[in-house]
Amino acid sequence: MKRHLISAADLSRGDALLILDTAEELASLADRPIKKLPTLRGRTVVNLFFEDSTRTRISFEAAAKRLSADVINFSAKGSSVAKGESLKDTALTLEAMGADAVVIRHSASGAAHRLAGWVRGSVVNAGDGTHEHPTQALLDAFTIRRTLKGGTRETGLDGIRVTIVGDVLHSRVARSNVLLLSTLGAEVTLAAPPTLLPLAVDTWPCAVSYDLDSELAKSDVVMMLRVQQERMTDAYFPSVREYSRRYGLDAARMARLPDHAIVMHPGPMNRGVEIAAEVADSARSMIVEQVANGVTTRMAVLYLLLGGTEFPEVAP
Amino acid sequence: MSATGHPVAGRDGLAVLDAEEIRRALTRIAHEILERTHGGDEVVLLGIPTRGVPLARRLAARIGEFEGLEVPCGSLDVTMHRDDLRFRPARALGRTELPASGVDGKTVVLVDDVLYSGRTVRAALDALTDLGRPRTVQLAVLVDRGHRELPIRADYVGKNLPTSQREMVHVLLAEVDPEDAVMISDEGRPA
Repeated sequence: MKRHLISAADLSRGDALLILDTAEELASLADRPIKKLPTLRGRTVVNLFFEDSTRTRISFEAAAKRLSADVINFSAKGSSVAKGESLKDTALTLEAMGADAVVIRHSASGAAHRLAGWVRGSVVNAGDGTHEHPTQALLDAFTIRRTLKGGTRETGLDGIRVTIVGDVLHSRVARSNVLLLSTLGAEVTLAAPPTLLPLAVDTWPCAVSYDLDSELAKSDVVMMLRVQQERMTDAYFPSVREYSRRYGLDAARMARLPDHAIVMHPGPMNRGVEIAAEVADSARSMIVEQVANGVTTRMAVLYLLLGGTEFPEVAP
Repeated sequence: MSATGHPVAGRDGLAVLDAEEIRRALTRIAHEILERTHGGDEVVLLGIPTRGVPLARRLAARIGEFEGLEVPCGSLDVTMHRDDLRFRPARALGRTELPASGVDGKTVVLVDDVLYSGRTVRAALDALTDLGRPRTVQLAVLVDRGHRELPIRADYVGKNLPTSQREMVHVLLAEVDPEDAVMISDEGRPA
């Protein structure tokens, strides 16, 4: 594995399976009386969040704490960033504090990549602009494998058909998922209005459809994307109601899925827009499992990035 | 713990125990466990991956044969508790599977293939503490090769094997290897 986790494209099939298998072992921790491991004792993980995010930050924080790492939370609001400090100066400050890993969420695509050039520790991308969110893709892959393949170790997602629905254009979750799920052997289809698909989508390792209804019957997994109202600066669709009618997942559409199919959503949901409340609360919805699996998967990532060293010759 | 890269028996290294001798050693250990625990009541066998796990299963089967007693058997991965994690690349985790009865108040017998520095056993004791509170913890190993770095000793030993630190000891078990054997070779790196 590389030292940083910036993009899902950095992960080979072997790397991805190692993370999923490690997460599978760590999942049993949740049933134990002591849900903590001493592995990263004395290491410091900095959560550097320039964008609002509750669940991802808490998930990383819980993951680092369960591995006994020290966690420093840094959110841009009320910090020196609000006073105009640049990303590089912030990075150098963290460096001086001795961060072993920096988990970064930033509104600019490529911020994690830039940061990786400035700090000595590992950089984990927790979402950069509309670019990538690799740990979300890993937890989604983990959730799919657990649910549809019984969590069998060393198994990919071969033959699983995943339909990703909605605002692909602004979605870092969609991009990371397309890359990772196809690496693991799944067949990915994007279903979205043409205005919400990126220009170069024909170069992605996936199929594209403008019609959600024709994809439902052959989907093992339907992954709904959030309509990102904060990024809707242009007229991408006529109205929320019309979007919801064509691309929203309601009970009638859910009924047309195969019996074993599952519904996923990276959260936070807009109930009634991309997903109906009755779907979100149904037995097929994996939304709560995704959150729990997020902690486990991020533990696996932190352990594999920080738990060892690349330089075995320094052994005493 | 034996090192990685197990040699094929007969190709390199010297066989110090063959399949029959391993079988006899395990039979003796099974009897000793029964004797020492007054009939094997409340005993839980926990194997340390990789090769401690099949050894624990074999011991459980032996005890079952002798006393008609079903001894709970599981595995205990110690990777996350090791003290040398910082000096090597992060490695894949083994499985930890506890029997449904748990370990609280039980007599836990840890089972490993080779006892060497004692560091693996120390990590196992830490890992076990996080899982519950056994009444007693004992240690069974197929081979004790000496060179302890910590104050740890085994309660049940298949064979005491005087070695030099330059030598490597490999335990081969039919469950994961081509056959049963204990090999010693001196091609190894110093520990």
